[in-house]
Amino acid sequence: MTRNGFRLLILLCTVQLGGCAQLPQFPQFHMPEPWVKPYEREALADPIMQFSGDPLSAKHFEHVHVVREAARGATGVEGGGCGCN
Amino acid sequence: MAVTDLSLKQRRAGQNRWQLLLKLATLLGGVFGLHHARAADLPEDSAEAMFHYYNGGGVTADGPALLVRKKVADSFSLSAGYYIDAVSNASIDVVTTASPFRETRHEYNVGLDYIYRDAHITFGTTDSTEPDYVAKSNSLDIAQETYGGMTTVNLGFTRGEDEVLKHRDPSFKDFASHWQYRLGVSQVLTPHWLMSLNGEASSDNGYLSSPYRVARVFGAAVPENDPRTRSSRAIDLRLIGDLGHRDALHMEVRHFWDNWAIKANNLETGYSRYFAEDWLADVSMRYYRQSKALFYSDNAPSDTLYISRNRQLSTFKDIGIGAKVTYTLKKTAEYTVKLNGTWELTQYKFDDFTDIRTGQLYSFNSNLVQLYVSATF
Amino acid sequence: MRKLLNRSALSAVLFAVAALLALPAGSAVTNMSTAPDFTLHTLTGPNLRLQEQRGKVVLINFWATWCGPCQQEMPKLNQLYEKYRSAGFVLLGVNVDEDVKHANEVATRLGLKFPVLLDSEKSVSNLYQVSTMPSTVIVDRDGKVRYVHRGYLSGVEADYEKQIRELLK
Repeated sequence: MTRNGFRLLILLCTVQLGGCAQLPQFPQFHMPEPWVKPYEREALADPIMQFSGDPLSAKHFEHVHVVREAARGATGVEGGGCGCN
Repeated sequence: MAVTDLSLKQRRAGQNRWQLLLKLATLLGGVFGLHHARAADLPEDSAEAMFHYYNGGGVTADGPALLVRKKVADSFSLSAGYYIDAVSNASIDVVTTASPFRETRHEYNVGLDYIYRDAHITFGTTDSTEPDYVAKSNSLDIAQETYGGMTTVNLGFTRGEDEVLKHRDPSFKDFASHWQYRLGVSQVLTPHWLMSLNGEASSDNGYLSSPYRVARVFGAAVPENDPRTRSSRAIDLRLIGDLGHRDALHMEVRHFWDNWAIKANNLETGYSRYFAEDWLADVSMRYYRQSKALFYSDNAPSDTLYISRNRQLSTFKDIGIGAKVTYTLKKTAEYTVKLNGTWELTQYKFDDFTDIRTGQLYSFNSNLVQLYVSATF
Repeated sequence: MRKLLNRSALSAVLFAVAALLALPAGSAVTNMSTAPDFTLHTLTGPNLRLQEQRGKVVLINFWATWCGPCQQEMPKLNQLYEKYRSAGFVLLGVNVDEDVKHANEVATRLGLKFPVLLDSEKSVSNLYQVSTMPSTVIVDRDGKVRYVHRGYLSGVEADYEKQIRELLK
C-alpha cells in the first residue's frame, strides 16, 4: 500500500470510529458497553480471586515443575535459572 | 510529484513509519479507552520471607527466599528478591551413574514496575548461580487494560543466557540461550468470574543436556546427546469464580508441544475458602501427563544421532494434591501480616523409564512444603 | 486533498479524535448538566438528599473499602472537608460496599468526618455512570455538575481544592 493510501485508510478509520455522518457507509461496529462496572468489582478485588498467587510461592512451584517436567511456559510466572543436573 | 518532493519523502521514510505507528497506537488507546481514561494500579508494597522444601526421587532441595517490593516516586515500584536452593542430590540418575552430591544455588532478581495511564510495564532481571551453572535473564512485560478495565492484554519477552560448566572437568564449558515470547488476555466475565488465555513460544539454542547424565544404547552407557536447539509452544486457559460464600474455585488447563515431539497436558483445579475472620484454606489437585521426546529411549535398540535417557523427557504422568492454610496475624490500616503453610504430595509414574536397580518401571513420590510470612503495607 | 493528508494535519486529526474518544460517550453527568438527585441512608442513620444541599458546593466521592486508591484519597478528602465546611462546602462519600459493616469499620478507622452514604444497591453509581473507582463529581451552588475526576492520582487533591475555592466564591 502506498504511504498516502495508508494515511487515507487511517484517516477514514479515525473518522468512522468518531461516527462522522458525512462519509459513505462502512459497516458500523459498536463495542457493547462494558457490562461489569468498576463499582461491581468487589468480589474480583479479593486476593483469592487473583490469577497469580504469592510471588515466592508461585516461583517455587514453577521451578519444581520446570525441573521435573518437560513442559514450560504460559503459566504467568517468570522462570529463571536452572537447578537441574 | 516534483523530484525534490520525492527525495524528501525518501529521507523521512523510516521516521514517518514510526510516527504513524505511534499515532495509531494512541488512536487505538483512545478507542479502547473509550469508556474512561484511568490509571492502572501499582502493586502494593510488600515483603515475603519463605522457607521452601522439596523432597522426591532422592533429591532434597530446600532453602530460604526473600522478596521485598516498594513504591518509589508516583509511578514506579521496585522489587528485589533473593532465593537459595541447597540441593542434596541422590537421585536415580546420580546414584546409578555417580555418587550423591550437595550444592547450593543462589538466585537474585530485581524488578521495576512502571504505570503509565492504563499500561503496566515491568522490567525484570534474574541472576542464578550454582557451581556448574550460571543463568542470567532479562524480561519485559506490558499489561494494557482496555474496555472499561474488563480486558487486560499482556505481552512479554524474556531473553536468557546460560553458561554450563562441569564439576572436576575444567575443559568443559558451553552455553545455552533462551528466548520466550508471551501473549495473553484476561477477561472479566461477570462480577464473579474471570478467565485468562495465555500463549507462550520458547526457543532454546546451545547445550541443552546434562554433562553428568548418560543414555543407554544396547544396554551400554553412552554420553547423552540432545539436539542443540528446541522450539516449543504452550497455551493455557484459566478460570476463577467467586462462589458467593467467601470462597473461590479456580481451574487451569494447559497444552504444550515442542519440536522434540513432546506433547504435554496438565489440569489443575483448586478451591479456597475463608473461615472466621482470620483463616483461609485452599485445597488443590494437579494432573500432568507427557509423551516422550523423539530421541528418548530407556534402552535404545539402535544407534541414533540424538539419544537421551533423561526421565524428564520420557512418557510419564504425575498427580499431586495440595493444601494451604493462611492465618492473618495482624491487620491494621497501615499493614497486614499473614502466616502461610503449603504442602503438596505428588506421585510420578513413568511408562518408559526403568529403575535399573530393580528392572521395574520407575515411580516415586515427592513432598513439597512452603512456610512463609507475607506482609503488605 | 493532498493538504488534508499532509502529515501535521493528520497528526492533529488523530490526536484530536483520540482525545475525544477518551471521553465517555453520552454521559448524563456532563459539564453544566444538573446533578441527578438522589436520597441515600448515611452511616450514622438519617437519610440525606442531594437537592437539600443546594446553595452549598458539593463534592460527591464514590469509594469502596476494597479499592486501594480510594483509601489513599480519603485522608486528603477529610482535610478538604475540615478546611472548607464552614464556608459552605459539603463532601458526600458514597460507598458501594455490599456489606455495610466493612464501610463502617473503614470509615471509623480512617476517622472520616464527612457524611458517608450507603449505595450498596449501586443505584446512584449507576445514575452517575461511575466509570472508575474512585470518582469525584464537584457540583456548584446551583446544583450543576462542574468537574468530574476519574480515578485518583497523588496530587489531584490540589486540583479539587482549586476548583472548590473557585466555586465557593
